[in-house]
Amino acid sequence: MNEPVLSVRDLTVEFVTRRGTLRAIDAISFDIAPGEVLGVVGESGAGKSLTGTAVIGLLEPPGRIAGGEIRLSGRRIDDLPPGEMRRLRGKRIGMVFQDPLTSLNPLFRVGDQLVETIMTHLPVTKEEARKRAIDLLAEVGIPAPERRIDGWPHEFSGGMRQRVVLALALCAEPDLVIADEPTTALDVSVQAQIIALLKRLCRERGTAVMLITHDMGVIAETADRVAVMYAGRIVEIGPVREVVKNPQHPYAKGLMGSIPSLEESRERLLQIEGSMPRLAAIPKGCAFHPRCPHAFARCHVEKPVLLESGAGRVACWLYDGDTVARAETAA
Amino acid sequence: MSAPAPREDDRPMLVVTDLRKTFDVSKPWLERVLGGERKQLLKAVDGVTFAIKKGETFALVGESGSGKSTVARMVVGLMPPSAGAITIDGNVLSGRQGYPRALRRRLQMIFQDPYASLDPRWRVEDIIAEPIRAFGLAASPAAEKARVGELLGLVGLHPADGVKFPHEFSGGQRQRIAIARALAADAEFIVCDEPTSALDVSVQAQILNLMKDLQQRLGLTYLFISHNLAVVRHMAATIGVMYLGRIVEIAPAEQLFKAPRHPYTRMLLDAVPDLAMTGKPRVPVQGEVPNPISPPSGCTFHPRCPLANDRCRAETPVALDGVACHAVHEGRADLRATG
Repeated sequence: MNEPVLSVRDLTVEFVTRRGTLRAIDAISFDIAPGEVLGVVGESGAGKSLTGTAVIGLLEPPGRIAGGEIRLSGRRIDDLPPGEMRRLRGKRIGMVFQDPLTSLNPLFRVGDQLVETIMTHLPVTKEEARKRAIDLLAEVGIPAPERRIDGWPHEFSGGMRQRVVLALALCAEPDLVIADEPTTALDVSVQAQIIALLKRLCRERGTAVMLITHDMGVIAETADRVAVMYAGRIVEIGPVREVVKNPQHPYAKGLMGSIPSLEESRERLLQIEGSMPRLAAIPKGCAFHPRCPHAFARCHVEKPVLLESGAGRVACWLYDGDTVARAETAA
Repeated sequence: MSAPAPREDDRPMLVVTDLRKTFDVSKPWLERVLGGERKQLLKAVDGVTFAIKKGETFALVGESGSGKSTVARMVVGLMPPSAGAITIDGNVLSGRQGYPRALRRRLQMIFQDPYASLDPRWRVEDIIAEPIRAFGLAASPAAEKARVGELLGLVGLHPADGVKFPHEFSGGQRQRIAIARALAADAEFIVCDEPTSALDVSVQAQILNLMKDLQQRLGLTYLFISHNLAVVRHMAATIGVMYLGRIVEIAPAEQLFKAPRHPYTRMLLDAVPDLAMTGKPRVPVQGEVPNPISPPSGCTFHPRCPLANDRCRAETPVALDGVACHAVHEGRADLRATG
């Protein structure tokens, strides 16, 4: 096996507040291989965006990495000094955020922003950088790039801006792209274009992608593997087909069942009662137990670890060999 | 519950005929006159016609700028139409007079963002009691309190929650409060403008289920506005697809998803990420929604349409049998289901 581009081990992120320390991400581990798209899904407050922010080293105080390590191509990056991390960011890790309007500086021409980024990271002259910027704009599907390169961000539509942001993220040939809700602000027809583009560019370049979104449809179309997050932990991780078609964790099951389908019409949607716990009040044991229809005594006290199940791994005591054996003897 | 039971009545709840809304988006007068420019008009809604039966859900879907929310606002009377007629249960709304008071009680709206639609300084019980007070529906404070408690129970909250403020609730719970407020004056017809777009999927499922349950129990009629095709399919009996201010196709939900006819509907259905992962080949979507200030000539969809010809570029198609498309009318469109 080749070495993973990104390797996260027991990453823990905490916020120190006057009322005590809040643990927003609780010992999560995952790998992303070259050319692989890892989808990270979850509802608001699950910690998915925070995971991305921690990886690129943009956590803002009072948030801090309280434990674990992050490795990029085998090299540890979570303890780098800020200056070194800044050189890494943009060069080895590209980023795409949700709102393309706020990712671009409205006071600079699109081309200048691209040229600046290219020259920061690559040893090229201004002319070479400009040529490269035009090529990139053409590659992300912007018509007449030699003319559009001198346009201002406000002259681009939402979809076109997100293409520019994608070009910015890819301009230094990064090993890893972190895309945080890249299509959420866009209409479906444009969303489909951006997803197809992201997928094609990363396939061609062998770039690893961490795709953070709440939209299962986007994940199903794009990702190779998917991690489902709940209350700061990964509750299930596995090949996308397995997790979408045959989820194991009760939360993942509920999440999939609650999505209305285009294919068939059901009278009622599957419904998970309650809502995501607040950070200050994460339940003991398995954080999902108060909402879980299958919770039993062990779930109330013991935090589940990721257990092998089928093609993926699930953090649920239902899949622990001991429990299964006990349930069988009880029955 | 004092709401009326579902009635066997064929009279439609809402009839909208050739509804239009034009916004003046010109520059300020002096600047415009000095610059020698003409007035710029934006046709947000351009001749929309549909009807909703009592106890049914009709949905309008479309991308941003298609005019679906403008239709919703005109239907509830928040915005006077530029032209066209709206008839609610036989009462014609004409001109700028707004609705008669008795009708306004029966017509309510649920908004997209429950963080903006509830006054943060009001207690939940006051928010819900406001329509009751406005229409003088409670005989005594005790009766009002009982009614508020009953409404909170109806939407799945606890009657004791009434003393709290909106910030103490999550997004889903706030949307429940908004629904309770809409029902407070025994509304029969509720216009829902993207009621679940701001919510997470599991919470969305709770709200959609609640809305369906309430519809069955109280015989409510919904006009449901959304950009999410799957949500619309789940909720609506009949669906209208909007593009640049016009309805391009109206069809029963099943039919629209099984055999979409208008090229735009097909494109939209193809573009939705496929959770079932059937691996269907995707037709790459071309282009974006044009600027509504200067829409394309003829059929506004023609620059993105694979079936467009000279007639489409010159002539605006009229709705015939639920579809406004020359290619479909002429039999040039292949009517196979896309799935």
